[in-house]
Amino acid sequence: MVAAVEITNVSKSYGDVEVLINASLVVEAGTTLGLIGPSGAGKSTLLRCINHLETIDSGTIKVHGEMVGYRREGNRLFELGHSEIARRRAGIEMVFQHFNLFPHMTAIENVMAGPVYVKGVGKGEARAVAMEHLRAVAVENRADFYPSELSGGQQQRVGIARALAMDPTVILLDEPTSSLDPALVGEVLDTMSELSGRGITMLVVTHAIGFARSSCDDVAIMVDGGIIEQGPPGDVLVNPKEERSRVFLRRVIG
Amino acid sequence: MKTAESLGSESSAPVFTEPRRYGRWASAAGVLLLSYLIAKSFYTNPFIEHSVIGEYLFHPVILGGVWVTITLAVTAMVLATVLGVILGLMSRSSNPVLTGINRAYIAFFRAVPLLVQILIWGNLSLFFQRLTLTIPFTSITLIDLDTNDVMTTFVAGALGLGLHQAARMSEVVRAGINSVGRGQFDAALSLGMQRRQVTFLVVLPQAMRVIVPPAGNEFISVLKATSLIFVIAGGDLLTNAQNIAATNLRVLELLTVASIWYLAMVAIATAGQRLLERRYSKGYSGDQTSTSPIRMAVQKVSAWLQR
Repeated sequence: MVAAVEITNVSKSYGDVEVLINASLVVEAGTTLGLIGPSGAGKSTLLRCINHLETIDSGTIKVHGEMVGYRREGNRLFELGHSEIARRRAGIEMVFQHFNLFPHMTAIENVMAGPVYVKGVGKGEARAVAMEHLRAVAVENRADFYPSELSGGQQQRVGIARALAMDPTVILLDEPTSSLDPALVGEVLDTMSELSGRGITMLVVTHAIGFARSSCDDVAIMVDGGIIEQGPPGDVLVNPKEERSRVFLRRVIG
Repeated sequence: MKTAESLGSESSAPVFTEPRRYGRWASAAGVLLLSYLIAKSFYTNPFIEHSVIGEYLFHPVILGGVWVTITLAVTAMVLATVLGVILGLMSRSSNPVLTGINRAYIAFFRAVPLLVQILIWGNLSLFFQRLTLTIPFTSITLIDLDTNDVMTTFVAGALGLGLHQAARMSEVVRAGINSVGRGQFDAALSLGMQRRQVTFLVVLPQAMRVIVPPAGNEFISVLKATSLIFVIAGGDLLTNAQNIAATNLRVLELLTVASIWYLAMVAIATAGQRLLERRYSKGYSGDQTSTSPIRMAVQKVSAWLQR
């Protein structure tokens, strides 16, 4: 069976700064992976490379066996055209640290945007489906509010609904709770835990170790641009093999 | 009262008292007096005949000029906006040729005074007798016209004003696009939107909030700058007012008529600008809850505009 996400020896640098160094990671279809590690380890960059928001310098990233941003001819890789990349991105959705909702659209319009503009679904149908998704993340009573009128937790749940509305096979969540008020973190984590049972592959960059322990099938630790350890949370978080993992975990768990 | 008296002024509750602002009164009086004197000197000036102003305010020739001024300003602004958006988008292109052309365009049209540009367009027939459009490197001619037929004063004015204004609008548009955060591009792209959709559905609608207020000011300056086509006898408000004045020698009266119309047009344009600002600020800390009747009327109109 083809893995949902397969990252093999990926490297990337910004000028002289190496952000990713031979990073490799496999996420099986339908599982939830928590990606943890110290700030600046390259977690967000790796996530953004998966749907080709960032280019990579070497290595390969495959989603369901297909490269998102490149096409292979013999031994050469060519970057794809913008429209082809857009097409391949449609099944991979992203949830952002700062929500990035469209501020000029109401909550429900945000959720409808993907289906209507990308998939060409009719507005009436898209609205009905969007309402279902808003209900699933418990913000249906805020459907006609603009993002600026919602709390951070509500905005992030709308962000999750917006991703779900595209019927994605993979959802990438980039520190979804990091910019939230501590009191609002719980509601978003609950929504994410619910999601992880739905058979959608999820890749979560997170600092919420508790969430990684309770809701992730796998945990990967990233340090200095590489994945140094990957396995079930019971192993990785409790008995890490690498010294660098132990140093990191000691700091966040104590 | 009794207790206050018996306790003495020290311990009674102090009363908030406005300080006596003599300076403020004096300056207000001075400014008012000055304004009165200026107004009076105009009003009582024996060389200005008030009945003439009233007589010409709605004169068909003046109204025709007002119409030309409005249509010219709108045409020039539409041209400037379309070109400005294209140039603004070009400035963000990753293609160095496009950004180079964008910069050269802005440098040229900003440097050459508007009056000179209008004169160039108005006198185009002096150096291009015919305007022809042929398919490059062939002899197939698609369009062949006499320059004087095409380049009416209206077209010359619209081109002069529009092309000049496009350079300014492109800067306004660029500032607007730059105000949209990187995260908005990320969100739109990761939904799978095509680049054109990202621009027109996500970026420009948000940029509008930043673009509209200065664009409104730009429109008002175009409206006033239309008076420059007086130099090519453009048939606008100022030209017509001056033409009448040339025959009846009532120069100040007709300039007053023109000023009244410019004032009225700018007032209406300003009101329109307010409406547009409201329309494009939706989603940014709402004034939806406002109950003032004027605001509610404005919201109704803007809701209607949205349809």
